[in-house]
Amino acid sequence: MHLTKEEELIYLGEGGDTKRRSMEILVALGDIYGADRLIPVASTQIAGVSYKTLGEAGLEWISDLRGKVVVPSILNPAGMDLCRWQEMKIEEEFARHQLEIIEAYRRLGISPDCTCTPYNLRPDAARPGENLAWSESSAVSFANSVIGARTNREGGPSALAAALVGKTPRYGYHLDEKRVPTHRIKVEAHLEGSDYGALGYLVGKIVRGGVPRFVFRLRPTRDELKSLGAAMAASGSVALYYFDEKVPPAQDEIEDITVSPADVREVYEKNFADEDVDIVAIGCPHCSQKELERLADLLAGKKVHREFWICTARGIAERCPRLVEKIEQSGARIFCDTCMVVSPASELHRKMMVNSGKALAYIPGMCKIEAAFGTLEDCVRVAAKRV
Amino acid sequence: MEIRCHRVSGGRSAGKALVTREPISFLGTVDPDTGMVVDPGHELYGRSIGGKVLIFPEGKGSTVGSYVIYQLKKRGAAPAAMINLQSEPIVAVGAIISGIPLVDGVPEDLLSIEDGYEVVVDANEEVVRIEEPSA
Repeated sequence: MHLTKEEELIYLGEGGDTKRRSMEILVALGDIYGADRLIPVASTQIAGVSYKTLGEAGLEWISDLRGKVVVPSILNPAGMDLCRWQEMKIEEEFARHQLEIIEAYRRLGISPDCTCTPYNLRPDAARPGENLAWSESSAVSFANSVIGARTNREGGPSALAAALVGKTPRYGYHLDEKRVPTHRIKVEAHLEGSDYGALGYLVGKIVRGGVPRFVFRLRPTRDELKSLGAAMAASGSVALYYFDEKVPPAQDEIEDITVSPADVREVYEKNFADEDVDIVAIGCPHCSQKELERLADLLAGKKVHREFWICTARGIAERCPRLVEKIEQSGARIFCDTCMVVSPASELHRKMMVNSGKALAYIPGMCKIEAAFGTLEDCVRVAAKRV
Repeated sequence: MEIRCHRVSGGRSAGKALVTREPISFLGTVDPDTGMVVDPGHELYGRSIGGKVLIFPEGKGSTVGSYVIYQLKKRGAAPAAMINLQSEPIVAVGAIISGIPLVDGVPEDLLSIEDGYEVVVDANEEVVRIEEPSA
């Protein structure tokens, strides 16, 4: 990979140890993936925040770093609500380590906003055509597919290295030739809300790391695209998909797949909620303001009889205090900075009902509990049913 | 014997060779506090990678493996250096954040040298030196 004079000096240690190692990470990855050079990034989004995944060693590594990030940088969800962790029944030792992690990132100049939907919290973090270094797989998918920005699926250290240097190696989804569709998905069902999570759950398993191009009957909403991309990135490793007429021409033979209403229905039927459900969790990816409004309507005048979590970004919750109050009157709780997939608090339950294809794919493996799947309306109904 | 190689993570270090033809997933395969290989399914089961020049084709598995390498380093149980046929991101990142010399692009023959050979890895100069153990 070609380095400019200035990059070469950083690589040799002129900018200090932290910058040298960051540059070394970028160069190593660039060499592995055949990048020709480094390109500037507009923002980074950094995974490796929950103490559950980062562990003691990861915390030590971040605490040992010195310096400041040079582009706007935001964190992925943590293992707990940073303020209301006791309500989540998080143990004190975990909370202490978790807060140390956030503090270590903050010292590097990284925003302590912990969210998987940075595009909702800070619309200026990603604009069409910009190169980014984002980690969280659903945010990567949204940035590439809905916003039209360009990012690979970065690991935690490589996103942090990009934040400290302000650059990323040019390969993969930064290149036009890696952004051509590989599959055409004809969707014959009329879809709404969580159906898109079910669709993504199915399609991700089929196309794995491919670039699917969807042919829909109706144009999905922004929130529906969010849940479609999140599910495909979890059941497969899809980082880019197309959903409208703005599609580059396919290069090779493209595989055709048809998804019928029965296929989508089957995801619900195979994962229906039974008496074992003891927690309902919404907000994977984090709820938008629109989704909070819908929840407030659905929960109006109701009381929940099971644990009911709604996960969102702190900045979104702070923008609409009335909605939060309305929702919490039902007994449901809005937790910020975290989600059901990365919080160890999920493990204290038996079976979790979700309306997210991504959570359905991850909960059994990452939280070692069972998962059930339903629409948002079903989730509210189950939560409000007397035990 | 001197072999040319490609620098992934800089530095210079030496130790006795520990060789495997199987890829290594650091998460789950190696105990992060002791450096012992604890996966009964791995060729190196029961061996310690601490202080060795670990020679293996490539890494695999979870990205958390990078932090496992860092933890090994902090506990003094990390390899002195590592050599891959072709490095992948997990081991590459792990080696860099831990300051462990790592090189790749060596010929496959290197996987058939015997354990216990003294190996010097000079990543900065992109060269590996191998000495037979003296009797």
